[in-house]
Amino acid sequence: MRAKLAIALVLLVGTVSGASAAQPILIKNANILTVSHGRIENGAILIRDGKIAAVGLTVDAPSDAQVIDAGGQWVMPGIIDPHSHINADATNEGAISVSSMTRTCEVINPESIALYRELAGGVTTADIIHGSANPIGGQDCVLKFRWGKTAKELMFEGAKPGLKFALGENPKRAGTPSGYGQTTTPLRYPGSRMGVEDVIRQAFTEARQYQKDWDEYKRKGAAVAPRRDVKLEPLAEVLRGERYAYVHGYRADELLMTLKLADEFGFKIRFFIHGLEAYKIANEIAAHGAGVSTFSDWWGYKVEAWDAIPYNAAILAKKGVLVSLNSDDAELARHLNQEAAKLLKYGNFTDDEALATITLNPAKQLGIDQRVGSIEVGKDADLAIFDQHPLSNYAKVSKVFIDGQVYFDREQDLKQREAKAKEIQELKDKERKAAERRPPAAEKAAPQTTTPPTGRKKRPPESTEEVIR
Amino acid sequence: MTRRICLLLSAFCLLPSAFAAEKAVAKKQVATDQPLILRGATVHTVSGKDLPNTSVLIKNGKIEALGQTLRVAGAREIDVRGLHVYPGLINAATTIGLTEISAVRETSDTSDLGDYNPQLRAYSVINPASEHIPVVRANGITTVLSSPSGGVISGQAALINLAGWTIDEMAVRKSVGMVIRFPSMTQRFGRGGGIELLMMMQEGRTGGFSEAQRTYARRVAELREWLDKARHYAQARAAETPDVKRDLKLEALVPLVKGEQPALMTVSTARDIRNAVEFADKEKIKVVLIDPDDAWKEAELLKKKDIPVILGPTLSLPRNEDDPYDLPYSQPAMLYKAGVKFAISTGGVQFARNLPYQAAQAAAFGLPKDEALKAVTLYPAQIFGVKELGSIEPGKTANLIVTDGDPLESRTQVKRLIINGREVSTDNKHKQLYEKYIARP
Repeated sequence: MRAKLAIALVLLVGTVSGASAAQPILIKNANILTVSHGRIENGAILIRDGKIAAVGLTVDAPSDAQVIDAGGQWVMPGIIDPHSHINADATNEGAISVSSMTRTCEVINPESIALYRELAGGVTTADIIHGSANPIGGQDCVLKFRWGKTAKELMFEGAKPGLKFALGENPKRAGTPSGYGQTTTPLRYPGSRMGVEDVIRQAFTEARQYQKDWDEYKRKGAAVAPRRDVKLEPLAEVLRGERYAYVHGYRADELLMTLKLADEFGFKIRFFIHGLEAYKIANEIAAHGAGVSTFSDWWGYKVEAWDAIPYNAAILAKKGVLVSLNSDDAELARHLNQEAAKLLKYGNFTDDEALATITLNPAKQLGIDQRVGSIEVGKDADLAIFDQHPLSNYAKVSKVFIDGQVYFDREQDLKQREAKAKEIQELKDKERKAAERRPPAAEKAAPQTTTPPTGRKKRPPESTEEVIR
Repeated sequence: MTRRICLLLSAFCLLPSAFAAEKAVAKKQVATDQPLILRGATVHTVSGKDLPNTSVLIKNGKIEALGQTLRVAGAREIDVRGLHVYPGLINAATTIGLTEISAVRETSDTSDLGDYNPQLRAYSVINPASEHIPVVRANGITTVLSSPSGGVISGQAALINLAGWTIDEMAVRKSVGMVIRFPSMTQRFGRGGGIELLMMMQEGRTGGFSEAQRTYARRVAELREWLDKARHYAQARAAETPDVKRDLKLEALVPLVKGEQPALMTVSTARDIRNAVEFADKEKIKVVLIDPDDAWKEAELLKKKDIPVILGPTLSLPRNEDDPYDLPYSQPAMLYKAGVKFAISTGGVQFARNLPYQAAQAAAFGLPKDEALKAVTLYPAQIFGVKELGSIEPGKTANLIVTDGDPLESRTQVKRLIINGREVSTDNKHKQLYEKYIARP
């Protein structure tokens, strides 16, 4: 049923865009928040072949262009979420400490409704990353939210690959189990922050040797090539600068530890994920050249989040660190614009600076800023139209474009609800009829369990009536 | 408790911060009975019109008068021209003071062993030095419900102001209702449902609908029995029957069965709602529904029975895959149209400061803006039967916030806080850490 509904939605959405890929689109009467070049009031955007062809107060549009009158609404670049776990059928491979061979791109479920819901919040791109159960997690998968397409078609073409690392309480947990139901799980090293450092250093020590073996083989051309190691391969790519390192971590001490470890092995940390205490070592992070992707105001939910402050982004930005906001959560991702708005309060960001934390800055962190992250000529036409300024809490998304195609349209969504409700009802009716035809034998087979612990053999009929609705 | 966590964390916790915040409170409290005038702001009364260029006179903890030319000898004056005065926001469901770090069991006192604990009181264990209190109030929230959450009868929720040295300085009502997690046939294995699942597994129960039915019926019967016993107990006590021993559990249920206090009932699905309403009807108890995801489906029933609702966070995911993407966003507007009385809350503790944005999101999706504001001020006060809070009117408690704009917008700064007529600091752990680290060379 899920697949069927998804397909039904796709078909309906498919009719939304109307324009063929070749037909140019003109969005006019729009307040345009370019992020890179300030605000254009009552301006226009021309989209051609999925790219932004022109932006300005007025643009020359060909006569065959499809015209969309934004009616004074606000257009911003599609929101980019650099830390998400949606649409992945698996998040963690937690049985081993180094799971760098795992690949999120292999487990993308394109039909997950989370994608559509986030699209409806203006998100057009997200990095789907491995969980934080182990010091070295897995390989990431950058997606464009082309709802209705196959998993392969969702993938952001040419995005540089990344590898997830994780520090602190989450990777420690498997080594120091606590709480209900976990006592039977075998312990897995590491169980301390010291062990986390050790696991990462050990892995890079092996990866460096692995790289050396290959370099030697290529230089000398020995008869037998070194054995391929799918665990060390991605780490060697990190060492060669061909794969980004994304490091999940909260506390300043462990972030600093990892910076030093990266320096020791001569690679760069692209950005810290969470980095809730990054503000304490902003100087060191800036000197290394790492970015930070954080929450606006999450704090206090665990011990390593106890010193988290909503001014984290403000301090980091002031000290020259590239900062973005991320969701890590299918709900939070639906209102990243509101999260950015909090930066106006906590640290006096300008509108552009705040919007950049959910558009251009994450694009830079993911290395896709040549394609997305701002409204500039030549970039992909990934746009979100809000009915009010997106930094207002009263704003909502009315349309979302990816590659110049409409993938979310609130008006269409509202119109489709009736058809969808009807389809659901039909499926339910069908199921009910099928159940009625089913012989009652199956029910009899169900074992009669013990009497209710209240001691009564049978409940009075009154309560049975209450139960069955 | 805070200090104990700090010791655990040793180097990573700022010991002095809680004390600094308390000191700030103390300093203001010295001048308690000096009249205070907030001069010349736009006063958003909530219960009536917005009053431009109006002053508020505060005396003995109360709003004494509103006017344009108020003069009182010896009053302290604060110039708030160009700013806005609103009633302090009320968060109608939280665990503030009961939970410090949600992942650390040792810092959480929201629930206890056993399914029926009406005698448990949040009031007695709320930690006035919780670091969350100054953080939450800095966002304009001056009053919260602090609520236990375990078992079937969880205990008594307290309504507290977010300022004071002791719980007695904070408490608006020691107990505003009996928290009951109304038995549900929907098994919740997500957040908070994990332990239940584990227990079922340990007992060799596999779940399933028939199992859920049996558990439901048993729990409802037990609940009914508790209320029956409480009624008999109340009668016996009233009649001064000599051989009736004091029973703390039954005694705690007396205000509920006498209709003096509502049951604050946590429910989720439409079926839960119908069952809870029917139960309350039969038992003749007052009920307030907490976090009913499907309230929109039963809006007509809730209106008919005049049952108020405390909604959970608007910014949440639809429960079912096939639900419209904006269902939690638009539910408040649907209830409004149906005439159901509701407040909006956050639940929990770490996101409690974001109450205003939960209300704003409802306004973005169809709830009139003034209704959104009422859902976090006047309506929760009315639902809890607390006449002295929720709006700016002479005679009401002076719980006020001074802002530079609409308090439901993220960008708005809360400039000043008045709680119980006293100015309270907006300083908190977060601001202190900011000051400390922004100054790092």
